[in-house]
Amino acid sequence: MSGLTLENVTKQFGSFTAVNNVRLTVPHGTFVCLLGPSGCGKTTLMRMIAGLDLPTSGAIRLDGADITHVPTHKRDLGMVFQSLALFPHLTVGENIAYSLRIRGAGREEQKKRVDELLAMIHLPGYADRPVAKLSGGQRQRVAIARALAISPKLFLLDEPLSALDAKLREAMQVELRQLQQRLGITTIVVTHDQREAMTMADTVVVMNGGEIRQAAPPVEIYRRPADTFVADFIGSTNLLDFTADASGTAAVLGTPVPGLAVPAGLTSGTISVRPEEVRLTAPGEGAIPATVVFVRDLGGTVETFVEAAGRQIVAVSMPHARPDMAVGENVGVRLAPDACVVLKS
Amino acid sequence: MNTALQRLYFALFGLFLSLPLIVVAGVSVNEKQNLAFPPQGFSLSWYGEIFANPEWRSALVASVVLAALSAALAVVIALPLAWFLWRREARWANIFQLLGIAPFTLPPVITALGLLTFWATTGFYGQPATAVVSHAIFFVTLPLVTLSLGFSAIDRSLVEAAATMGADDRTVFRTVVLPLILPYLVSGYAFAFVLSLNEYIVAYMTVGFTMETLPIKIFNALRYGYTPTMASVTILFVAIAAIVFSLVARFGDLPKLLGAMSTRD
Amino acid sequence: MRREPPQKFSDYGPLLFPAGMLIVFFVVPFTTMIAVSFFRRNPAGFYSPDFVFDNYARFLSLFFGKVLGFSLGLAVAVAVCCVVLALPFTYLLARSKRRTQVFWLVALLSVLSLSEVIIGFAWSTLFSRTAGITNLLVTLGLMQEAVALNPSFGAVLTAMVYQALPYTVLVLYPALVRLDPTLTEAARTLGASPLKAFFTVVVPALRNTIIATLIMVFIFALGSYLLPQILGRPQHWTLSVLITDQAIYQSNMPFAAAMAVFLVLVTLGLVALTVYAGRKGEAA
Repeated sequence: MSGLTLENVTKQFGSFTAVNNVRLTVPHGTFVCLLGPSGCGKTTLMRMIAGLDLPTSGAIRLDGADITHVPTHKRDLGMVFQSLALFPHLTVGENIAYSLRIRGAGREEQKKRVDELLAMIHLPGYADRPVAKLSGGQRQRVAIARALAISPKLFLLDEPLSALDAKLREAMQVELRQLQQRLGITTIVVTHDQREAMTMADTVVVMNGGEIRQAAPPVEIYRRPADTFVADFIGSTNLLDFTADASGTAAVLGTPVPGLAVPAGLTSGTISVRPEEVRLTAPGEGAIPATVVFVRDLGGTVETFVEAAGRQIVAVSMPHARPDMAVGENVGVRLAPDACVVLKS
Repeated sequence: MNTALQRLYFALFGLFLSLPLIVVAGVSVNEKQNLAFPPQGFSLSWYGEIFANPEWRSALVASVVLAALSAALAVVIALPLAWFLWRREARWANIFQLLGIAPFTLPPVITALGLLTFWATTGFYGQPATAVVSHAIFFVTLPLVTLSLGFSAIDRSLVEAAATMGADDRTVFRTVVLPLILPYLVSGYAFAFVLSLNEYIVAYMTVGFTMETLPIKIFNALRYGYTPTMASVTILFVAIAAIVFSLVARFGDLPKLLGAMSTRD
Repeated sequence: MRREPPQKFSDYGPLLFPAGMLIVFFVVPFTTMIAVSFFRRNPAGFYSPDFVFDNYARFLSLFFGKVLGFSLGLAVAVAVCCVVLALPFTYLLARSKRRTQVFWLVALLSVLSLSEVIIGFAWSTLFSRTAGITNLLVTLGLMQEAVALNPSFGAVLTAMVYQALPYTVLVLYPALVRLDPTLTEAARTLGASPLKAFFTVVVPALRNTIIATLIMVFIFALGSYLLPQILGRPQHWTLSVLITDQAIYQSNMPFAAAMAVFLVLVTLGLVALTVYAGRKGEAA
């Protein structure tokens, strides 16, 4: 089969397990983001895919072939490092041509490919410049071009945009995604920035503690988080306790929510409700009684913090869609059943 | 890189560095007064000889006293200089940094000859104190380098913080700077001490005819009669150096002292 | 804390002692030596003040030319051998675990601090007929009978490389530790084998460090004084040996001083030339 497959990949450093039994399939031509907090194992996982670290156990397959023990330089991949790792002693053109030169390509061929790539990254005519003279964004593009010079089977990027300022980063995210779609290259990006992951990826792989917590398209990750970690890590959310009786009727913070489907046999647990799905009304039948404790008016949106049954709930709404509420007021919290996601415990 | 190949390379490197010492260690335990290798018989008496034989003992004492005093003087010269260069903005003062580094960087015979002409001209030639001063000047480079490194590692806002709490320059130096610089000071002293212990040509040129340090004694023995004591002294010196530098590594950060920017694991 | 220029005279206080010591015991002796190099030798005492160029003229002879040439050649050979041996070692060392690094650093410092006398003695023992390495080969059955390997040029070169090798590693070490490890990793992802990455990335990226190290080791090796005497024949004696010989045994201080000054000039000249060539090569 075509694409990258990780089979029960584990990496231990001494007694510390950095990556634990990871299974993942990346179909050919897709864009995958490995997302997670620092120390979650995402960089180690990428380094194993690149062959820079060796898995303690498990196998890595590329297009069906086992590459677990193939040395890095024979994997035909392109990688962009967090530090970019541009060779300081080489010019822009020499940096880009490095992988071709190593493979014994002729001068003409090298020059032709360098010109192509420079055009692609919108830096035509930069071949003879020393890399030290480039701006951050330009260095970024050169690193990308260098990684793509041999048209690799696999394009890996480790926190590629973290050194750029916010505005440039956002622009580069869009550019990178468009480039990937144009080339149709299997791409894996390590990032801790969820916005970046949501912008670029076909599949977001959320990792924590060396394990994959959820691998799904960005919208699904947001709408249907698998567990409390994913729900909490992606965007902001309200995690609320629920109970369910034998008939399958669920109650959140003691108030029944008709229509909320709970897997059979589950009597209690946690649901996730996104702040924009929380509706505040006057207290009444079917609403969770709550008190407003803080209001943050951001102009475009208003965040209302309420307290219900000792828990804090955040509701976000447009200014017009929300009745005026003052701190100390008693209100009712209404949850739509399809906005509540029952999480794996 | 291939680990087996790397191991082999490291092992060969280590073998090259240790081979002469292995042979000398073997020679030092000969039972009779000859320099056979592999050793004939086994005896530690040549180690006892260093302390029992008055000539070797006095050479050992002379070397240790010289090293202790000259290293101390070198630190006393280097500390205020390094502190001044760190504390004050004075470009021309860098000339003294250069002067502090030059004696150790030039071929030692040049520093030695310069000091010889100087002591001969001023009429102090041959006095033991001249050796102390000569070694202090020759090795001032070592504490100067470690101390400069130490100062550059001090966060300047610490000094500002101390100043806001009412400490004057002198108090800041005593309560903040000195404790932070202490490991660098100690290792600078250690480097100067060990190298002075082993130094030959400057000592020889300045006091070679009036005083015998251990290296001079070994050299003379090399000319006028081999004895296994030379081997036992050699091993003693290697042991001292290894112990001193292990202590520096134990209580300080050796990779950092030798210029590694950050310490990684 | 802002570094501020000294304001009052007392701000210069800390500088007084170190500056005084360095001027009196380094600048003055150095200047004295230069002055003495123009003095006339006085067979009765040391020398008498004068201003003659005789001392310099004297070594513009074939003999001293040969000695100078040999000294420089030997120092170059030692520097090249050391850098070639030490560069891959230091590269690997800088990438080792911290404990491994500390172990090797302690070992290297211990060998570096060894007296030239001790190194000379150790190698003369190793190369001797009675206690040498050839005995080991005889024991192993690889040789018929033990032979002495010194005095010889090989013995001098080996011992000088031994002496300068720890120094070389320690000079290279900071630059190699600071070398961004992702540079070689990047080279590997781009298809370079570890060996190819070493030669296409590490060596060129460290070009200036390597040149600087060659110069430092060259100067270090120029200072070697005892090893050529202990392990070599008279034709292997270096300028350092002749300088000491003239100063101590021939009591010809002016001539010794002139040779020392000349050695400094040649050293500085070669260094300047190398740096200049390096700069030029970089610009091209």
